[in-house]
Amino acid sequence: MNTRSDDLAHRAVEAVARQSYGRLVALLSARTRDVAAAEDALADALMSALTTWPRDGIPKNPQGWLMTAARNRLLDQARHRQVRDQSVPTLELMMSDLYETKDPDALPDERLKLLLVCAHPAIDPDMHTPLMLQTVLGLDAVAIARAFLISPKTMGQRLVRAKNKIRQARIAFEIPAADQIPQRLEAVLDAIYAAYGSSWEDAAGTDRKAVGLAEEAIWLARVLRDQMPEDPEVHGLLALMLHCEARRPARRGADGKFVPLSEQNPREWLVPLIDEAERELLAAARHARPGRFQIEAAIQSVHAERAHSGRTDWGAIARFYDLLVDVAPSLGATVGRAAAHAESESAKAGLTMLDAIDSDAVTAYQPYWAVRAHLLSELKRLTEAKDAFERAIGLSEDDAVRTFLLERRQKIPS
Amino acid sequence: MLYAILIYERPHDFDRREGEAEEEAAYTGAWQAWHQALLKADVFVGGSPLERPETGTTVRQRDSKRLIQDGPYANTKEQLGGFTLLELPSLDAALEWAARCPAAAYGAVEVRPIAGEVHKRVTGEYPK
Repeated sequence: MNTRSDDLAHRAVEAVARQSYGRLVALLSARTRDVAAAEDALADALMSALTTWPRDGIPKNPQGWLMTAARNRLLDQARHRQVRDQSVPTLELMMSDLYETKDPDALPDERLKLLLVCAHPAIDPDMHTPLMLQTVLGLDAVAIARAFLISPKTMGQRLVRAKNKIRQARIAFEIPAADQIPQRLEAVLDAIYAAYGSSWEDAAGTDRKAVGLAEEAIWLARVLRDQMPEDPEVHGLLALMLHCEARRPARRGADGKFVPLSEQNPREWLVPLIDEAERELLAAARHARPGRFQIEAAIQSVHAERAHSGRTDWGAIARFYDLLVDVAPSLGATVGRAAAHAESESAKAGLTMLDAIDSDAVTAYQPYWAVRAHLLSELKRLTEAKDAFERAIGLSEDDAVRTFLLERRQKIPS
Repeated sequence: MLYAILIYERPHDFDRREGEAEEEAAYTGAWQAWHQALLKADVFVGGSPLERPETGTTVRQRDSKRLIQDGPYANTKEQLGGFTLLELPSLDAALEWAARCPAAAYGAVEVRPIAGEVHKRVTGEYPK
């Protein structure tokens, strides 16, 4: 074996794994409902690809090769268990449509079913996102645990438990009835968005809960969009994340300092992502069925408009926030609405909206304190502004945001 | 549940405590704000920053001999700079607060549950 062909084969395995991991896990587990076994079988298939492909060359249809290897592995395992269960013929029958897979495009794409299973109401909502990241993208428990700020061991155990639940509760791999779809889909959208991390952005310097899996989240959203092109919220979610992602380079100055949205240089925004976001939003609008993610994306779209017009239409943003609080009330939306009205009307109007929020709900909610500090300092209520800045700083996780707020507070005359 | 938040800092972070006015203000300001947030959320039980690691003295008793060593116990790049005791409902909540701790951004912050059962066996009662 020479190193070059080893290397080539290695990269081929990696590429196929990235492209088809979720498709293959979905295909295998949709038939057995055993996600863990499907993943193990696929892992074995990938391992044997690493030894076989450098020797025999990369197969013409790598995905089909992996499919066959993983399927045979599952059947072997079932045969070993045959003494205590009679499932082999059933399993063979269930997988009969996967024989003779010469054309990878002929394989059914069952990833939507897999996404729906991962976000099934019977599964702990906290596990929806980790399950998707693992089963559809093949992320390991260590990477997922790091993103979610928990220990790899705990994350591993929770993933195993969730997969056992899918198998033991016999959660069906199927597209739900039409009247069930909106509710089931909402859980899928929430889980994908959770991988991205929420992204309330405004002049005040609010802290993003950056989960750091933005690329993975966008990938999942594109998979979902390809499978459910007729749902406007799917397009809305993708548009929202693309708009936020487009601003990533502008969010930090050359010195690494946090730059709030209103002070970002639009020339640093990533135009292709904005264009793609706008296309998705347009596709959503054709359905004339607004929803939470479309409205949030529309708000980001108004912000993006500054690249052309040089100004921000805060009136439009405030109206979208009114709609958002109506359609999908949340603490984030309420705080965002107050910030928008502060810009479009007056700081006083924004502060009145903040005052109306239940104080227990905001004890540890950084964006509330950041916006409040900003408005109080505009209203020259300096002592209160300093206190609010202190709360916002103390609740910040991002060091750049913390530094930004510290500087703002220092500028207040004492 | 009680959790200890163990705060590890790099050698030059200890210098920032007495650094130039601006540097000191940024350092202390971040810590003040975190401390205030802990108080406002009513989770703070106790804790304090510690003096620089080189002020530490390590004691061992071996073969009836007292061995005194100048310096901190652990010979690591990042050193214990302080600790905080928090009353929280879950590990997840403790990790949230640890992530907001200024040192999480430059040093390391360890979250350790207080050993309640052991505490009871040793002292006769659960920790308050």
